[in-house]
Amino acid sequence: MVEASGIHKYFGDLHVLRGISLKVRRGEVVVVIGPSGGGKSTFLRTLNHLEKIDKGTIRVCGRLVGYRERGDQLVELHEAEVAKHRRDVGMVFQSFNLFSHMTAIDNVTSGPIHVLRQKPAQAREDGRRLLTLVGLSDKADAFPAELSGGQQQRVAIARALAIKPKLLLFDEPTSALDPEMVKEVLDVMLELSREGMTMVVVSHEMGFARAAADRMVFIDQGQIVEEAKPGEFFDAPKSDRTRLFLSRIL
Amino acid sequence: MWDWSAFFGYLHNEYLWLGAWTTIWLTAASMSIGLVLGLIAALMKVSRQPIFTMPASFYIWLMRGTPVLVQLIIIYTGLPQFGIRLDVVQSALLGLGLNEGAYLAEIIRAGILSVPKGQFEAARAVGMTPATTMRVVVLPQAFRVIIPPLGNEFNGLLKTTTLASVISMEELLRRAQLIIQIDFHVLEAFVATAVFYLIMTTLWGLVQARLEAHFGKSVAGVAARSKRGASAAAVAAISALDPIEVDMLDRGAR
Repeated sequence: MVEASGIHKYFGDLHVLRGISLKVRRGEVVVVIGPSGGGKSTFLRTLNHLEKIDKGTIRVCGRLVGYRERGDQLVELHEAEVAKHRRDVGMVFQSFNLFSHMTAIDNVTSGPIHVLRQKPAQAREDGRRLLTLVGLSDKADAFPAELSGGQQQRVAIARALAIKPKLLLFDEPTSALDPEMVKEVLDVMLELSREGMTMVVVSHEMGFARAAADRMVFIDQGQIVEEAKPGEFFDAPKSDRTRLFLSRIL
Repeated sequence: MWDWSAFFGYLHNEYLWLGAWTTIWLTAASMSIGLVLGLIAALMKVSRQPIFTMPASFYIWLMRGTPVLVQLIIIYTGLPQFGIRLDVVQSALLGLGLNEGAYLAEIIRAGILSVPKGQFEAARAVGMTPATTMRVVVLPQAFRVIIPPLGNEFNGLLKTTTLASVISMEELLRRAQLIIQIDFHVLEAFVATAVFYLIMTTLWGLVQARLEAHFGKSVAGVAARSKRGASAAAVAAISALDPIEVDMLDRGAR
């Protein structure tokens, strides 16, 4: 599903991603953890070309992300072309980023109506079903400003699901939430993982990781330090850096 | 010696009322032209591609850097030397429209910049093209923030139309100047003219207040309102700045 190979990225002189390679199989849930500034969010955002890469290739569903092959050269795609490929990848942001001038149901149907060109009536029907899935069927006509953080994030998940992506990316989805609301969002994510959605989640929620992750990935200073199944990862980490990081957050 | 009957006579004068009507439609038409030009120029500047940003910046710099009166005179009396003969109304519309467009471009651009980056990212993440992102997500939100400065510009334009009198357009001020040649009550005529403008700008102020209330509707809650307030204040401040200063702010924000 996802094949990232030798990813390097610079922010000016800062070498933020130093040769990351990662494969994600269909239906797998990969949880990425690591210290602030280590590159995990940046790496996640390269998967749908919200961040450009300076070296390496990324393939999602077999297609190159952000570039096109011309002979043995890589040519960057126009935003409009990248937009088409993004339909396969949904993303949930730390700060929700709901469209503030639209109601919940309009947020959810924004993708189907404006990107997939579905008929509004059909899109609204599907949208209501998704809102029910995330437990917010009664909030369909509420504006984001009228919703709590946890509710906004659940609407954001519904919005990401609405375009029927093959892959879901989560960028610290619960980091901006009050503790009481974290569970309601993680429950939705857990349910998605049980239904076989392919997910790459950057998160500090170790409980969720233990329950849902098929694989843990520890990224520090732009590199993957360790990769393992959650059992091995938490109970018998191989690297000292991993041990140190885990001791700080567990 | 002040002549009250002459003053009230002017306030009821049909010739002047028609002049006021000219002022109103000239303002509305120039504003419309300006909005179209301004929107295009703003989108060009925001695109970050030199092939678009350079002509847009040049247009804004030129129009904001020269007096609108000089622009009107050049269009009406200067262009004929190149064989382009525009009549008074066409010259006024072109001059005022071009000029207004430059100021509106900066206001619209400030409005677009005030929309949080996360909105752009969420739109891209859901698969929207840049054009769709602008149309569906960014411009509607920018609009809310743009309305107060836009209303301000309309207010200013109502009065700037008086400059068209210099190229002999028969708007309100010119008619006042003509009518005193028959009547000679100079002070009363111009005070009455001022009152006309005061009535027009006040009425516009009421319309503007309704517009601001209507478009602020989907924003509920104190947190959202204070965020809007900050954005609106930022836009008001930015629209008073020089384009060069806005560019520096823009680059800093990235």
